[in-house]
Amino acid sequence: MASTSIRDTAVGIFVLAGLAAVAYLSVALGGVSYRGKGGLEIRATFNEIGGLKARAQVVVGGVKVGQVTRVELDADLRPNVTMDLDEKLQLPVDSSASILTAGMLGDQYIELEPGGEEDVLRPGDELQFTQDAFVLERLIGKLVHQLGADSDASDSEAPEPKDLEQ
Amino acid sequence: MSLVLVERTGATARNFVLHLGRISVFTGRIANRARRKPFRIRRWLDELYNVGVLSLAIICVSGAAVGMVLGLQGYNTLVRFGAEESLGAVVGLSLVRELGPVLTALLVTGRAGSAIAAEIGSMVVTEQLDGLRMLSIDPMDFVVVPKVLAMIVAMPLLAALFIAFALFGSYLVGVLFLSVDPGAFMMSLEEAVEFDTDVLGSYIKSLVFGILVGLVATYRGYTAEPHAAGVSAATTSTVVVASVATLIFDYFITALWGA
Repeated sequence: MASTSIRDTAVGIFVLAGLAAVAYLSVALGGVSYRGKGGLEIRATFNEIGGLKARAQVVVGGVKVGQVTRVELDADLRPNVTMDLDEKLQLPVDSSASILTAGMLGDQYIELEPGGEEDVLRPGDELQFTQDAFVLERLIGKLVHQLGADSDASDSEAPEPKDLEQ
Repeated sequence: MSLVLVERTGATARNFVLHLGRISVFTGRIANRARRKPFRIRRWLDELYNVGVLSLAIICVSGAAVGMVLGLQGYNTLVRFGAEESLGAVVGLSLVRELGPVLTALLVTGRAGSAIAAEIGSMVVTEQLDGLRMLSIDPMDFVVVPKVLAMIVAMPLLAALFIAFALFGSYLVGVLFLSVDPGAFMMSLEEAVEFDTDVLGSYIKSLVFGILVGLVATYRGYTAEPHAAGVSAATTSTVVVASVATLIFDYFITALWGA
């Protein structure tokens, strides 16, 4: 009987440890019920959001204040981003939102820059000033185009030095 | 000569389909017994001890070792790109999504699955199952169902423990030995791992693997040939079939879950 109860205790410890590990993975890593709903919901419309997705971070001066909850196209086919922010946040109405990239290849996030107005944003408000995502391919494309144009121009103006180089 | 080859191929294919059919019927019988009285809680607890508690040591040690080597390898690769801050994300995603459930299933197959097959096989050889039937105790009820249910419950718990120990191991190597910033490690780990795409999929995988290993082990033991070589064949084929099935199912669960 004594050995049975030791055995059952061991089973109990095993189940508890297993459930603790499950809870750790779900809550600490998975971020279940990370932050309650009912915060400050703000919307912003961009022309180009790059790789921004739901659950992306929203920061003010690098401090996380919320996350993106929804990304959808509005009637004018422009991407509209809904974010859920800390309800205690007192953001002026003329604040601006820009989409930035963490590091060279990191995730995209939204940086809010507080404006100078007295009035603060209320739930459901839309930000007036937005800055689009920076798309690397597009910039490279533009750069290549410009370089091509530059070299064409230099070809026509002074073809001799180029021949000498070669 | 070529005819023999065709014959053998045909026999193998037919054998495969035959066993697939038998294991399906066997699964149906287990499911049928499992939801009917008597519920043998005592037997189930004993099996949970055999499958879960006795596998704890190997799971924890292997988990820590896998985590440490993953931390080392990940660091050596990432440091070339100056991205060692995302070691947590690399380690966490590979452990939660793949390595945790799969390696746990393989280890449990070797540790507990083979033991289950050998135990039931020996009971077949020594006619203990017939003895139970003479006492009008259904061997499915008394022997098979508690083992399968114990396997199904133990596998996700063991997988979660494996992942937790592996994360601890990689934290140890990454932060203490290779001096990755602890905050950056935990941040990238927590940012990268999502509940509904990664953690839930991990649980589902280990649950499916638990069912798979439990079924294969009990089926192979139950249908073992009643002699010594039969028991050894049952044990071997349990480890082989359960391991291969785990890896194949892993692909399909990943493919379906990702869609």
